[in-house]
Amino acid sequence: MERAESQSPPQADRLAPVRRLLRAMIVPVASVAVALAIGAVIIALSGANPLVAYSALFEGGLGSGRAIGRTLEKATPLIFGGLAVSLAFKCGLFNIGAQGQLLLGAVFAAFIGFSLQGLPAVLHIPLALLVGAIMGAVWAAIAGMLKAFTGAHEVITTIMLNFVAFNLTDWLADGPWKDRSPGNIVARTPAVAPEARLPDIAGVPLGMILAVLAAIAVWWLIWRTTIGFELRTVGQNASAAKYAGISVRRMTVLAMVASGFLAGLGGAVETLGVVGRFQPGFNVGLGFQAITIALLARTNPIAVIPASLLIGVMQAGASRMQFNSGVASEIIDVIQAIILFFVAADSIIRWVLRLRAEEGEQVTLSSGWGS
Amino acid sequence: MTAKPEVVLEARNITKRFPGVVANENVSLKLHRGEVLALLGENGAGKTTLMNILYGLYHQDSGEVLIRGEPVRISSPSESIKRGIGMVHQHFMLVPVFTVAENIILGAETGRGPFLDLNVARQRIRELSQRYHLDVDPDAYVKDLSVGQQQRVEIIKALYRNADILILDEPTAVLTPQETEELFAIIRTLTARGASVIFISHKLKEVLAIADQIMVLRRGRVVGETTPREATERSLAEMMVGRSVMLEVEKGEAHPGAPVLTLENVTVLDDRGQQVVNGVSLEVHAGEILGIAGVQGNGQTELVEAITGLRPVHSGRVRINGRDVTNASPRRISETGCAHVPEDRQEDGLVLTYTVADNLVLNTYYAPPFAHGIVRDERAILDHANRLIERYDVRTPSALTLVSALSGGNKQKVIIARELSREGRLLIAAQPTRGIDVGSIEFIHHQIIAERDRGAAVLLVSAELDEIMALSDRIAVMYHGRIATTLPAASATREELGLLMAGAQPSNAAQEPVTDGRAVVNVQRRGV
Repeated sequence: MERAESQSPPQADRLAPVRRLLRAMIVPVASVAVALAIGAVIIALSGANPLVAYSALFEGGLGSGRAIGRTLEKATPLIFGGLAVSLAFKCGLFNIGAQGQLLLGAVFAAFIGFSLQGLPAVLHIPLALLVGAIMGAVWAAIAGMLKAFTGAHEVITTIMLNFVAFNLTDWLADGPWKDRSPGNIVARTPAVAPEARLPDIAGVPLGMILAVLAAIAVWWLIWRTTIGFELRTVGQNASAAKYAGISVRRMTVLAMVASGFLAGLGGAVETLGVVGRFQPGFNVGLGFQAITIALLARTNPIAVIPASLLIGVMQAGASRMQFNSGVASEIIDVIQAIILFFVAADSIIRWVLRLRAEEGEQVTLSSGWGS
Repeated sequence: MTAKPEVVLEARNITKRFPGVVANENVSLKLHRGEVLALLGENGAGKTTLMNILYGLYHQDSGEVLIRGEPVRISSPSESIKRGIGMVHQHFMLVPVFTVAENIILGAETGRGPFLDLNVARQRIRELSQRYHLDVDPDAYVKDLSVGQQQRVEIIKALYRNADILILDEPTAVLTPQETEELFAIIRTLTARGASVIFISHKLKEVLAIADQIMVLRRGRVVGETTPREATERSLAEMMVGRSVMLEVEKGEAHPGAPVLTLENVTVLDDRGQQVVNGVSLEVHAGEILGIAGVQGNGQTELVEAITGLRPVHSGRVRINGRDVTNASPRRISETGCAHVPEDRQEDGLVLTYTVADNLVLNTYYAPPFAHGIVRDERAILDHANRLIERYDVRTPSALTLVSALSGGNKQKVIIARELSREGRLLIAAQPTRGIDVGSIEFIHHQIIAERDRGAAVLLVSAELDEIMALSDRIAVMYHGRIATTLPAASATREELGLLMAGAQPSNAAQEPVTDGRAVVNVQRRGV
């Protein structure tokens, strides 16, 4: 083992990336398959036919132009959320607060959207998106600073900040920013100006295009820049990062800020592209699904796109499934939870498939508490 | 009836595989009553795996273990203890805030019902201590004991559980030469009274001094069995490595120039806020190697961390090339031309999940040619890696191999390549050859001397006295956070250094004037 003259032949080397990709896909694909199988058993136990249910599910998500449109609509904020959580993971941080950051982004994008009137779309849209993203970043920065300067664990602080965000946005939508139009009795903001709504470009929603660009940008940042190298080094081995002259504190704050920026952008896109206003309850769950997606994508920014589309299909097809087969659409949440369970505890799948632990950069779900 | 005493422990054809490696292949050993069997081999040769099988931590894939002729299946340490096998680990398993007696009975408590009765235990500990000349007070707190004494507590712990087969895993790694002598005396008493000892080591001198039988392992196999009478250091080294080796390092005269690193009364605190470096002053000149000798845990680690910016300097001044770098950031210190081979290569020196190429730019990734602005230049990083792999003989399938797949010696070569290729004016090398194969040690020693001859100032910190003596031009001994004296390497003897490492006052004859050296009041840490 000492003498490594046995250079691997160049041909094998050329195929190595492909093999690595296939190997990386085994656990996520197997997790989804096992989760669908368990879901089928539950559907069967509830007295329905799993085949009918699943074909309705995929028909509802992919069966028509409208179905695909719905899937893209559901997948778009998930991509942003998945990128946010993945980016934080690269720095060894578990951002459970994507939900809160997303809410802040959504409510502030709505505010810019309805409060400014008569601005041209080329200014109004970027401004609303940017303010939403920045508010998400600010929200995440709180957790980042607490971690960097006091050692408070980000899992705890982001969960707490989620609660604050829920209530803060509820209050804004039911108080100062409430839709006061006659006849409205629910908590919601006024509709955003038409100029702030995201258009379709060549039939594709602008939000989706931005999401894909964001995924490419995050990939580039992580793998092709020195900032990405610093981020990954802190995530893989903080003491080596310190040795290498990287400020662990700075990177911790920076990673949280970037993560919150993406989550806030996701919320803003949801507001301007789909809902058209901020209404409490509309975005709940996105931030948590983002964790499933990040893990399903093994924190690879590009893989976040297909992972989000998969969950998007399920979300979009759930009501068709309920209609056709009588299975409660909540079964989709169960299946998602099972997927999360298996991708998070991937050693279970590895054990089932008798796989060896993977080489390469590891996702640390939680590095030491409070240190 | 043969003249040989009975075989107390026997292993027959043990094979143990881990995914991808065969840790032990067809290994057989016999331990006779009253005998010291030395198990010699480099790190990764399979010594520890074998012992863990005998101690019940692993189970072999094939082969059998016999205790006093009876085949046994040892499935846990508690079972091996029951059968009379005791193990003293490299890292002690003691609770610092408990007394010796409390530590010893831990897991084997005596008493009535839920109430502890320490008196019986104390009595037995005193008896054992007397019988084997172990000199341990059952009522002392473990935290107040020296490392050597703690090791004796571990030995008593095994004896208390009626062990008559003792496995000592690298027991001298943490001891001064004198403490090693004391340990050997204890081992001799133990074997004279019928106990049998397996002594694991990679130090040739010690094995020759204490063993009755020597067994050499290489890559999981037994490559030789011999006795100290038949073997020499050279023959053992060759067996261990599988080829002839140079035991001595050749080096020419030093030509010291201007001081590069200057420390003035530096004090440093450890993680618990204890002052572990107590006013160290020293100078390292261009073109010389200053070796810091000392038993592990006397403040060397913290001193190096403070110089390189990884730990705050509590008081005092650090200068590099005349520039004050006290409490500067690691990046700034590195940019003054200070290369650092860190003590813990897995933890600090490398990111194991990165490729060899990325590890070779771990602290230079941000500057041209490896980056332009924030954009990495992958081509330049790869070219750099291929150049260094060639120049520093790093054995790796490619520059894009993960560094975790490399052997210990090659991992260390990656660090050496990265740090030396920067051609800085100062090299700080902490434990540069710890736990690596002899071939890599030779190579790294030559590189360090070449670095000196190029005109760099070298601060070498090592717990291996042989390494310090072979490489250094001047030797400073660190004890309890102080440097008592600095000796010219040419006139320093093992005995003298050993005494200083144990805290003896420097003899005035060999002393070189040092600011701090003259009036050291020896603060004893075990004052109770």
